[in-house]
Amino acid sequence: MTISNAAQPKGAVLVVGGGIAGMQTALDMADAGFFVHLVERSASIGGVMAQLDKTFPTNDCSM
Amino acid sequence: MITLAEVESIEGAPGDFQVLVRQHPRYVDMDKCIACGQCAAKCPKKVDDEYNAGLNKRKAIYVPYSQAVPLKYAIDPRYCIFLEKGRCGVCEKVCPSGAINFKDTEKTRTLAVGSVVLAPGFRSFDPKGLKIYSYGETPNVVTSLEFERILSATGPFGGHLVKPSSGKARTEPKKIAWIQCVGSREINRCDHGYCSSVCCMYAVKQAVMARDHSSGDLECAIFYMDMRTQGKDFDRYMENAKRNGVRFVRARVHSVAPPQHGEDLSLRYARQDGTIEEEAFDVVVLSTGLEISPEVVALAEKLGVPLNADHFVEGDSFDPVATGKPGVFACGAFTGPKDIPHSVMEASAAAAAATESLAVARHSQTHTLVLPKEIDVSGQPPRIGVFVCNCGINIGGVVRVPEVAEYARTLPNVTYVEENLFTCSQDTQDKMAEVIGREKLNRVVVAACTPRTHEPLFQATLASAGLNRYLFEMANIRNQDSWVHANDPDAATRKAKDLVAMAVAKAALLTPLTQTELPMSRNALVVGGGIAGLTAARALARQGFPVHLVEKSDVLGGHGRRLRATWRGEPVGERLAALIAELEADPLVRIYTNAKVAEVEGFVGNFKTVVTADRQSHAIDHGVAILATGAKEYKPREYLYGQHPAVVTQTELDDLIGSGDPRLAGATDVVFIQCVGSRNAERPYCSKVCCTHALRNALAIKAASPDTNIYVLYRDMRTYGLREEIFREARAKGVLFFQYDPEAPPVAEASGDRVRVTFRDHILNRPVTVDADLLALAAAVVSDAENGLAQFFKVPVDGDGWLLEAHQKLRPVDFATDGVFLCGLAHYPKPIDESVSQALAAAARAATFLARDTILVGGVVSWIDPARCTGCAGCVQVCPYNAIAMSEITGMAEVNPALCKGCGACAATCPSEAPILMGFNNRQLYAQIHSALAA
Repeated sequence: MTISNAAQPKGAVLVVGGGIAGMQTALDMADAGFFVHLVERSASIGGVMAQLDKTFPTNDCSM
Repeated sequence: MITLAEVESIEGAPGDFQVLVRQHPRYVDMDKCIACGQCAAKCPKKVDDEYNAGLNKRKAIYVPYSQAVPLKYAIDPRYCIFLEKGRCGVCEKVCPSGAINFKDTEKTRTLAVGSVVLAPGFRSFDPKGLKIYSYGETPNVVTSLEFERILSATGPFGGHLVKPSSGKARTEPKKIAWIQCVGSREINRCDHGYCSSVCCMYAVKQAVMARDHSSGDLECAIFYMDMRTQGKDFDRYMENAKRNGVRFVRARVHSVAPPQHGEDLSLRYARQDGTIEEEAFDVVVLSTGLEISPEVVALAEKLGVPLNADHFVEGDSFDPVATGKPGVFACGAFTGPKDIPHSVMEASAAAAAATESLAVARHSQTHTLVLPKEIDVSGQPPRIGVFVCNCGINIGGVVRVPEVAEYARTLPNVTYVEENLFTCSQDTQDKMAEVIGREKLNRVVVAACTPRTHEPLFQATLASAGLNRYLFEMANIRNQDSWVHANDPDAATRKAKDLVAMAVAKAALLTPLTQTELPMSRNALVVGGGIAGLTAARALARQGFPVHLVEKSDVLGGHGRRLRATWRGEPVGERLAALIAELEADPLVRIYTNAKVAEVEGFVGNFKTVVTADRQSHAIDHGVAILATGAKEYKPREYLYGQHPAVVTQTELDDLIGSGDPRLAGATDVVFIQCVGSRNAERPYCSKVCCTHALRNALAIKAASPDTNIYVLYRDMRTYGLREEIFREARAKGVLFFQYDPEAPPVAEASGDRVRVTFRDHILNRPVTVDADLLALAAAVVSDAENGLAQFFKVPVDGDGWLLEAHQKLRPVDFATDGVFLCGLAHYPKPIDESVSQALAAAARAATFLARDTILVGGVVSWIDPARCTGCAGCVQVCPYNAIAMSEITGMAEVNPALCKGCGACAATCPSEAPILMGFNNRQLYAQIHSALAA
């Protein structure tokens, strides 16, 4: 277990990347009571998944 | 959310980092931009559209795509004429809200955070350097990402299958080839030795989709080395594709020659037996692999995160989301090529790992919204406000919105109407709250897009104005109107009026609905004491939640106790012992061995479970449950297993290697047979772990006695992702590989204390016989589903016996039932690192519930009128959430509002109209229908 050097660790986290992985980890941490900063290189979040048409194996629309 | 931004540096220590973030200028004021699109319509500069993989053009001022979040324009400074040359500025002139700001500058800010999660993703391999495929020379050779855009309805051809060379004629291709492993499993031309894991499946999907899109009988052929469809339901998907006419060709592609005469591309390939063939196609798709971009490599270097030779974060099987830098975690394709379900799972895992050491600071930096007291609207006549949205040009470009708004004013009970460019924009929300107060509105109708995405936003606005959030109704005049009738503005406008009238008719009958708060138990129950269950229990305990861990046998460790090493070589025994020791010492964890779940009652936040352990009963109150009940090894009926002492399973071979069995030391020939009990009619799935496990064992045997001959008889070698390295190493060490087809499997016969194995050499195409000292079978992983348990928790099991998650891609560790999660082999066969990831993910998802003080119950739920119920139990059968039960006292059906999701299946089924779905009751629906028919 990583022990924090600070007496009281920060209740905020940083997520770098707004693709499907970045968005999911951000949502889970926010829902668990932490403030999340999400930093994305491009003009909008969504990542490569937003470019896909359908996704396997369910053939769901990617959007 | 900070877009157009990059992390510059991380200072400090875990728990207390200072992160410097550089945000590039957008040149568009996000608060003012209403995304009307006038700027892009007028912008004179056309550039390649990255979103459509460069297949068409966008403007220098752009939104990446119409559903982008945030839906705000940005100026691309690389192309903007004004920023380059100081003239033009047409966007500034046409912008109705004055959002253009050419003076915008780069900003830096420092964020104080406790942990960092890196999810920078991958980029698609660029095959331009590989001359052999003629990519870039002819438009009909495309990458898989380009083809994905060609198939997409939002793509350059509007979802029509089009040969890229055909220009305006838009000719359909007749024959398409997919070439696998372009930029993967390739160290000669591109230095990417790894397998990209996802290309086999996406190629099958694209072939299936292309046939679907085609108006004729499109020929699709996939040229591959090994089909790696190892995920849940993937093999089934491939077999279906085969049945539906997709051709699979095991071959190495030599080259794609550009058209000589006519338009056809000529594909030259070598079959397995060495014969060279040539075949014409009109489109060739290169299944390009995943790679880490140089920008991400530079970021890792800047932050001090070590990467492996392939530029992925080198993980640890027992700590799969950690990086070499404490307090910094990684997930997604950055830790190795992977598909969406695995990325989502790993993302949740990173959430668990990154917040473990911050648990004491939970809720310290988040704030709770304080809402005004609700206005009592009972007895008031309806005063309905209607807001009609243009959605930029999305609706307004087709539907005559002013006419719809004018019509809305004539409808009964409507006292206020306004038209918005974007009803969902923040300034409209502020105004809506103000209007509700000023006009004393007690019902609100928004005619715009879909409630699925926007209802919560508008409901929050109602709540902030003191109105019950259920006094709200939406008319979807975009998805169901302007989008589908784009060519007929008159009809679309008429339909919009009808939809608004229907919404208003229903709104007049809306009543406030209440939600009650129920307490949330902070305890977690984990069922299963294998690696997955232990990991989940530890993660929750580290988050500060008490855990009850139930194991059916007398020891903890499950399958892990029989495994020697992970694919990376980490010793399983040692790591497992450390895990168990930490749990046994943790006062928050209570372990029950020889135990089983005897009874489960209740729902999320309030489960009451009886566990019997060593003839004692324990009643446990818990808020969530994680099912990690594992799987077992198939006992083969094939290949003399159980009849001849020289035939063992791979797990038994682990034991022989571990104990230094003399049978191995003296062996000259060892044969491995893969897919024993997997990928057959009875179990049409891949057991996922066996290829890698077998090669690990082959390498261990070779390390001890290099002269032992090892023959691996396989169907497809599925050493996916970074595991490909093991396959390469095994070949280099002289392990011999023979591909077999299920129609002609190897034959094993007793030959004294040896086993004679006969199989075909796929290159020489003739039979080979080996008298093996040992025959090791890669026995399938089979479900150990205790159906009782799944029923206790009311969760589904699929046809193969695996626990069935809520959504295979986006909710891989959740069940449809709130508060119950799954992980490990019970979900599907998987290696240790993926089990650990999934266990951490289940813990993270569970923590999103355990972190709450209360749960909200009620709102849009069903209530069954006992006066009408006949007790037929029809509703009990159809309820997908098991929320309805027959009362033992009255004999009537009763809904548990904590389990009900408001789907309305009960109301639709009941012959006596007994179930009343709040917010969608029959009176309201009939009013809508009458309104529609009256029009």
